[in-house]
Amino acid sequence: MKAPVLSSWFGRGQVVAPPDIASATLRSDRFRLERESEWKRLEAILARMEKGGLRRIADDDLIALPALYRTAASSLSVARETSLDAATLAYLEALVQRAWFQVYGPRMGFVRWLRGFIFGGWSRAVRELWLDICIALFVMVAGTVVGWLLVAQDEAWFYRLFPGGMMDSRQPGASREELIKSLQHDEGAAGLAGFAAQLFSNNSAVCILAFALGFAFGIPSLMLLVHNMAMLGVLLWLYNGQNLVVELAAWLSVHGTTELFGIMLSGAAGLHIGRAMAFPGKLPVLDAAAAAGRRSAVVMVGVVIMMIVAALLEAFPRQLVEDTFTRYLIGGTMLVFWLSYFFLYRPAAPEKAA
Amino acid sequence: MSARGIAAPNRDEKRMRTLVTPEGLALPITVAPRTARAGALIIDFMILLFGIIAVQIAIYYIARGLLDATGFNPDEMSSGALEFFGIFLAIFVFCAWYGYFLVQELGPRGATLGKRLVGIRIAARGGTRLTPEAVIARNLLRDIEIFYPIITLLVLAVLAERGEPIGALGWVATGWFLLFLLFPFFNRDALRAGDIVAGTWVVERPRAKLAAVLSVQGAAAAEGASEVTGVRYAFGEAELSIYGEKELQTLERMLRDSPPEALAAVHATICRKIGWDPGAGDERAFLEAFYAQLRARLEADLRFGKRKADKFA
Repeated sequence: MKAPVLSSWFGRGQVVAPPDIASATLRSDRFRLERESEWKRLEAILARMEKGGLRRIADDDLIALPALYRTAASSLSVARETSLDAATLAYLEALVQRAWFQVYGPRMGFVRWLRGFIFGGWSRAVRELWLDICIALFVMVAGTVVGWLLVAQDEAWFYRLFPGGMMDSRQPGASREELIKSLQHDEGAAGLAGFAAQLFSNNSAVCILAFALGFAFGIPSLMLLVHNMAMLGVLLWLYNGQNLVVELAAWLSVHGTTELFGIMLSGAAGLHIGRAMAFPGKLPVLDAAAAAGRRSAVVMVGVVIMMIVAALLEAFPRQLVEDTFTRYLIGGTMLVFWLSYFFLYRPAAPEKAA
Repeated sequence: MSARGIAAPNRDEKRMRTLVTPEGLALPITVAPRTARAGALIIDFMILLFGIIAVQIAIYYIARGLLDATGFNPDEMSSGALEFFGIFLAIFVFCAWYGYFLVQELGPRGATLGKRLVGIRIAARGGTRLTPEAVIARNLLRDIEIFYPIITLLVLAVLAERGEPIGALGWVATGWFLLFLLFPFFNRDALRAGDIVAGTWVVERPRAKLAAVLSVQGAAAAEGASEVTGVRYAFGEAELSIYGEKELQTLERMLRDSPPEALAAVHATICRKIGWDPGAGDERAFLEAFYAQLRARLEADLRFGKRKADKFA
C-alpha cells in the first residue's frame, strides 16, 4: 500500500514551467513533452471535479473533458508501445483511471436520483419483484394463520410469541372492557411526535434487517416474516375471543396497511437476493446477486419512506381518531394509494444508461 | 517529489487486476488491502460516534439551559421543546447513520472520509458505471455484517452478567459476527457481503504526480558529457546490450530518488558488469548518461517490435 500523502490534501504543487521540447534527447520524452500540457489540463479538471461536483467547472472544460480523456487514453496506448519511462507510464495509467472514474462515474447525485426514484423508479422496482412479493404475501398469511392456530391449541404459545410485559392488559383472560380500552388512546397529542420518531427508527431497522438477512438465501427473511405475522395472528385470536376483531382490524389498519406493506416489500427484497444467489440462472452467481441487490436496494429506500409514513399514521391518526369507520377509511385509503402507486402508476422508463 | 510517482517496486502482485475501459484500453487497478479497509471503517465509525456524542452533549446543554430558564421547575417547561429535542436526536442519528456513507460514496470521489484518508475508493466491478442503487445496497448490508451482531453480543453480555441464561445464543451471535467479518478473507477480491450484493469492490485510489523528464537534465541532456569533469560518457553496442527494461526502470527510480551513496553502489555494479574501471566522484553523470543511452537503444528496438524484458531475456 502506498503511504497516504497529506500534501495532496492541502498543498498545491508549485507549477514548474515545462522544459523546452527540443532539449529532450529521447524521442519518447519529446512525445511526452508535446502532450504534457493536455494531461495537466485534464488533471486540473479532474481535481476540481473530485472536489466539488460539476458546478465549479467552466463549460469549456466540461466540453473538453471527454476529448481530453480520449487523448490521455491514446497517449497511454502509444506510450506503452514506445516509451520505457516508468514514471510517465504510471502517471498516465493513474490519470486515465481517474478520468475514467469521472467520465464513467455515477451520473447523478443523490437528489436527482431521488427525483427519478419517486417518479417511476420506485414503482418499477417493486413490479420487478412481483414473484417475491407473492411469496412474501403467502408466507405472511400463512404466518398469521399459524400464530392463530398455535394459540388456539395451547395458550402457553401466547406468552412465547407475544413479548408483552406482565403489565400489558392484552393477555388471555382479559375482559372485553380492558381490550376495548387498549384500542383507545390514553393521552392527547402530547408526546406523539416523539413516539413517531421512535416507531420509525424501530420499524425501519426491522425492515432493513429483513432485507439484509436475505443474503442467507432468503430463509431468515421469511422466518422473520413468519414470526412477525404470528404475533398478529395471536392478537387476532385474543380479540376474537371477545368478538372485537372488527375493532382490532380498524385499529391496526390505520398504520398497518402501510407498515405491513412495507414489511412485505422488505421481506420480498431480501428473498429476491436470496433467490438470485440460490438460483442464479444463466449469469454467474456474483453477477446475479449484484443485479438482484441493486433492484432490491431501490425497493428498500422506498420501504424506509413507507416506514416514515406508517410511523406518522401510527402516532397521530391512530391515537387521535377513535371511530372505527374513520380508522378503516384512513387505512383503506392508504392501501389503495400504495397499490395504485405501485401497480397502476407506470411512467415511461428513462432510456437505460450505457 | 517523492516515490509515489513511480510504481512501487514491492507492490503486491496478488492485488493487481485489469480493468478494460469502454475504449478497449486495459488499465491496471489495485484491490485495496483488507487492512486499509478496516482502518477506513474504524475512522468512519469514530467520526460518526463522536459526531453523535457531540450533538447529544449540545442538546443536553440546551435542555439544561431551558431548565435553568424555568427556574428548575420541570412543570413550567414546555413539553413541546423537550419533545422536539427527542425527535431531532432520533432523526439525526438515523440520517447520520445511513446518510454519512451514502452521500459521500455517491459523490465524485466514491469514498467516505475514512476511505479518503487511507487512499481507497469504491468502484463497480467489471468496469461498469457505479450506480446509486449499488451504493445503497452495499451500505444497507453493513448493518447485518457488523452493527447488529455487535449490538446483539453486547446485549447478551449484559444479560449474562445479570445471571440470565442465554444458552448457545452467544455462540451463534459470535459465529455470525465472525462469518461476516472474515468474509473478505475467503475471496480473491476481498469482497464483503455488501460488495457481493451491490456488485462493487474497493480499490486503491489512483494518484500519481508527473515526475520530471530525465532526458533534459544532467549528463542525459548533454549527450553523455559530465558537468563536473567534462568527460563524455559513450557506451558501445556490447555495453548497452547487457541490461533490459526491468533494470532500466530500476535505474530510473534510483536516479529520481536515491541518495548519492546508493548511486555509488549502482555505479560500481554497472562498471563491473560492463568491464569499466569504476572511478569516484562523478557517479551521477555516469548513471544519467548510461540511462539515457540504454533507454534510447531499448526504445529504438521497441519501435521495431523487439522487447528485452530484463537482463536474462
